[in-house]
Amino acid sequence: MSSVHLTQIGALARRSMLKTLRQPFQMFPIIFFPAILLAVNASGLSSAIRLPGFPTHSYITFAIAVAFIQGAMFSLINTGTNLAEDIESGFFNRLALTPLRRVSLIAGLLLGVAVLGALQSIVYILMGFIGGDHLAAGVGGALVIVVLGSLAATAFGTLGCVAALRTGSGEVVQGLFPLFFVFIFLSSGSLPRPLLRTGWFHTVATWNPISYLIEGFRSLFVVGWDGTSLWRGFAVAIGIALLGLVGVVWALRGRLQRT
Amino acid sequence: MRPEPSGGGIWRVARAIAWRSLHTYVRRPALYVPSIIFPLVFLASFAGGLSALGSVPGFHFPAGYTAFQFVFVLCQAAMFGGLFTGFTLAFDFESGFARRLMLAAENRRGIALGYALVALTRAAVTLTVVTVVALLTGMRITGDGVDLFGLYGLAALLVLVGYGWAAGVAFRFRSIQAGPLMQTPVFLILFLAPVYVPLSLLKGWLHAIASINPATAFLEAGRGFISGQPEQTILAFACAAGLVLLFGLWLLRGLRSAETSA
Repeated sequence: MSSVHLTQIGALARRSMLKTLRQPFQMFPIIFFPAILLAVNASGLSSAIRLPGFPTHSYITFAIAVAFIQGAMFSLINTGTNLAEDIESGFFNRLALTPLRRVSLIAGLLLGVAVLGALQSIVYILMGFIGGDHLAAGVGGALVIVVLGSLAATAFGTLGCVAALRTGSGEVVQGLFPLFFVFIFLSSGSLPRPLLRTGWFHTVATWNPISYLIEGFRSLFVVGWDGTSLWRGFAVAIGIALLGLVGVVWALRGRLQRT
Repeated sequence: MRPEPSGGGIWRVARAIAWRSLHTYVRRPALYVPSIIFPLVFLASFAGGLSALGSVPGFHFPAGYTAFQFVFVLCQAAMFGGLFTGFTLAFDFESGFARRLMLAAENRRGIALGYALVALTRAAVTLTVVTVVALLTGMRITGDGVDLFGLYGLAALLVLVGYGWAAGVAFRFRSIQAGPLMQTPVFLILFLAPVYVPLSLLKGWLHAIASINPATAFLEAGRGFISGQPEQTILAFACAAGLVLLFGLWLLRGLRSAETSA
């Protein structure tokens, strides 16, 4: 990859980050929505720790993992909305007419998402510490969480790109939010899978890949270094990212043909 | 010369708006599907995923955990039924339809009344679907017919509470961008109540807030109705009626603000 391409990617990544950081209404859901939900759930569900077999004595330590997934889902919405805005305003079309390579276009956007994903992961770790959680895997675990958080945000960001490129509408991308949130609701986000007593829910949560992503984050807080949970978490994040990238390439081809 | 507004005029306007909105509602599934899916997801997630909480020491609810969570979902669906109608009103302002309506209506309070009828009808559909799904998935009701009448009567008042708040915001801002302002306070009030376990099992700051939150009275009364052991009934109805009155005034002042700018 030549220095020209790296410059292009760097410029687009910077623009992608600033576009989110400069808009408070995009930052609010990333930071405050997971914080409020964590605070409410950690208090409202704290009696769950009295269930036999619950893996920790602190519900916030158990529940903090969900904040990372919520943050990643907001990346999907923000990335998709920003790209759709560029399409709606004609900026994307003008960009497509320049000598900019397709790979630089998407790589720049996703690099910005990855950096924001890492930053929001650091915020969630700090938020957890303020709330009184415990990180069993220590400092090394925190670094792994930042990497996994960044990867998850990028993976969901690719899905936002697909939606934006296919529809070109920010309203449609926003409308996807509840759909993706269902995956969090139907996962092991609130209780560990062995404690999901309703048969069909246990089955759905077991088949839901988001459960494994949550458990990847959670293992570092609750257990320490659990290889199985970690590789499953990374596998889900990488799998979604690959799926999303294939979708982006396909959707980009269609969008540029129309351009 | 414009005729003096009459009581009949209010109802004529209200009926026309209700018919138009319900016609649009039936013709465009994209408008009503989310308002039905959302409570069902809550029901599945909370009643299914958290059923183990029913065996936490100190948790005694005769009708079971599904019924316990059903009442929360019912209250949430009722209030959001009102909120979604506030969204419709805001959309109608953005498209210019509501402004034309303001000019044409012989009595503008009929506009507010018409959308209230829409909110109640939409909520009736959602609550019916949620109830049927809950019963099909094995929810037990140990209360009698009178209790259920109380439960759904309370839900109807909550529809009007949600609608009054959201419509007041919609009349003032006249833009769908005010959507977060409509739903965030309602979302917070609902979740700062005993959603997952009874009030007695909550601890710390959430217990303190839930103890003075009117949504706690709604949930406890609703759970009392469904289990046939009514409690907090008078408090819940008094709070709901008070909020309907308060947000009714808020809505009418918003209507005045919209009239001034029209």
